[in-house]
Amino acid sequence: MLTYTLRRLAYLIPTLLGITFVTFIIISLAPGDPVALMQSGEMSARISPAAYNQMLKHYGLDKPVHVRYVIWLKRLITLDFGTSFLDDRQVIEKILERLPATLILNVTALLFALLLSIPLGLYSAVRQYSLFDKVNGVILYMLYSLPDFWVALILIMFLGVKLKLLPFFGIESMNAKEMGFFAYFWDRILHMVMPTFCLTYGSLAFLSRFVRGSTLEVIRKDYIRTARAKGLEEKAVLYKHVFKNTLIPILTLLGILLPTIISGSVILEYIFSWPGIGALFFGAVLSRDYPTVMGLSFITAVMVLLSTLVADLLYAWADPRITYD
Amino acid sequence: MRSDYEFKSNDEQRKGVKGAREEKSPSFSRIVWRRFKSDRFAMAGFYTVLSLFIISYFTPIIANNKPIIMSWEEKLYFPAVTDIAPLKWFVDYPQFKSVDFSEIKYDKSVALVMPPIPYSPYEINLSEKLQPPSHKHWMGTDNLGRDVCSRMLHGAGISLKIGFVAVGIALIIGILVGALAGYYGGVVDLLISRLIEVVMCFPFFFLILSVIAFLPPSIFNIMIVIGLTRWTGIARYARGEFLRLKNQEFTEAARALGVSDRIIILRHILPNSLAPVLVSATFGIANAILIEAALSFLGLGIQPPLASWGGILSLAKQYIEVAWWLATFPGLAIFITVTAYNILGEGLRDASDPRLALPERR
Repeated sequence: MLTYTLRRLAYLIPTLLGITFVTFIIISLAPGDPVALMQSGEMSARISPAAYNQMLKHYGLDKPVHVRYVIWLKRLITLDFGTSFLDDRQVIEKILERLPATLILNVTALLFALLLSIPLGLYSAVRQYSLFDKVNGVILYMLYSLPDFWVALILIMFLGVKLKLLPFFGIESMNAKEMGFFAYFWDRILHMVMPTFCLTYGSLAFLSRFVRGSTLEVIRKDYIRTARAKGLEEKAVLYKHVFKNTLIPILTLLGILLPTIISGSVILEYIFSWPGIGALFFGAVLSRDYPTVMGLSFITAVMVLLSTLVADLLYAWADPRITYD
Repeated sequence: MRSDYEFKSNDEQRKGVKGAREEKSPSFSRIVWRRFKSDRFAMAGFYTVLSLFIISYFTPIIANNKPIIMSWEEKLYFPAVTDIAPLKWFVDYPQFKSVDFSEIKYDKSVALVMPPIPYSPYEINLSEKLQPPSHKHWMGTDNLGRDVCSRMLHGAGISLKIGFVAVGIALIIGILVGALAGYYGGVVDLLISRLIEVVMCFPFFFLILSVIAFLPPSIFNIMIVIGLTRWTGIARYARGEFLRLKNQEFTEAARALGVSDRIIILRHILPNSLAPVLVSATFGIANAILIEAALSFLGLGIQPPLASWGGILSLAKQYIEVAWWLATFPGLAIFITVTAYNILGEGLRDASDPRLALPERR
């Protein structure tokens, strides 16, 4: 197990090198550069070629791509992602400031999805072909195909603009500073309702269809028949034998779901003006803020790869039949 | 007389054998189709996708500001009809180059038959901007007074095209990579499997976003980027099938006969491995359509004035407090298309899975 973990960790290095290299090459070779973009925005007057070159040099953009990549890598070893082109702040500082907002959204969504999907999937499987199973199947099917950004728009339109029930802008109200503790807490929860819902329902549909499928598979296994044959109560069969075994494949699924959820939060953070890393990434991409784009690509890649690894290890821990050595 | 009888019976015998064989084992695709047809849900998905294609093919005569039949200098012309695919590459009316169709479409003596939605997706009419749905504009108008229904129909074609071509690219890469890994095994398989894992666990939307944002936006680039990032699922299925089939008798027989690897892969294994690959590709189309809509919604996909569902939705975000119709219709269209493709994929999977003994339901 330990050797497997070490080997997987060693695999991380070429993987991360590959991901960062591809991203770096793409964003560096694209036409246009951030200096030109800055000029077109603030001062429309043309600057002299000398000043232009000086700015390129200031941002380290005058060197060829491969040299810049090596410089970036060298700095990475000390976890230095450079400074943002936009406001000259440390990239790592900007990311760490935004990370909690994204994490709280994603973790809540994942928890809700898991807590709801397991009972739904189990019940559907146990009552296969019942009315509940069919209705549940159709509803989940539709949820699965509903684009989250559209659902977000519709929710904003009805709950936010028309009924004025829920806030839909940012993470807290404008007057959050003046609120008492409980009022502030409640305000934060209200702000989370719509983004969390939009982030949850897609993975909920995916997960509970999966739980249903794997339960159906387990229910037909010989050991379940044995459990029934020896006279166990149906409840005991379900909770002790079926349920535990359906949980195992879900663990591997979390590794697949995580990148999807993080990706999904980019567009939702944009819609709800949620101050997380998705919105930061989108802004950085639009303004060609190379250091921020690179820093965020690296950190999300590390997060995703590590959580996939954890999911795989949990899988082996939960299922003694699986060994990686 | 006798020989005639013999000849006849021989012929009948042959016919009989042939007929019997057909009855005994219909081809795989025929079985799949028969099982697929008995699944009403899947057929609904199939017909929805089919009608989407038909509608988007005939969009030029459904939503256009050019007349279908038009009388011009005592001759009849069909300007809208010649916007349809094969015709528009060959037929050209140079005399209409300078004609403004948005003017003459109200002239009943010239425009004899107009399309049911007499607006082009690019026709700007600022005096009618942000109109709610009415008998004149069935789905309302956008911020420039363009007819939303017309833009929706033209956007449909783009969505379908992107889904198809992007998945086509993904299919080529996926099958190639999966076939190499599955057929040759060993180091090749190890390397490719690692590569697939790496690509799979990357938050691909981040990658797509950074690529799309840094490349000049065009339909072509979107198709390529989606295709280049979404091939992993297909490759995994292809690899699995090739692993399963490469040691079966018919492959070994081909190898014993001295057939080259290329022919074995292309002619013997590939056709037998297509079912799960195509199922995965169908889901891929649904996914590609969603990605395109999301990109256009963020302003990085299809660029205006070109019409796209995601583009209309991004207008809806700007005018969310005044124009509900901008958000409702394109979202529904995306939803219906994606659901149809997903149902189709599901139906194909059930129909082509030999392990699933379908319950006999009518």
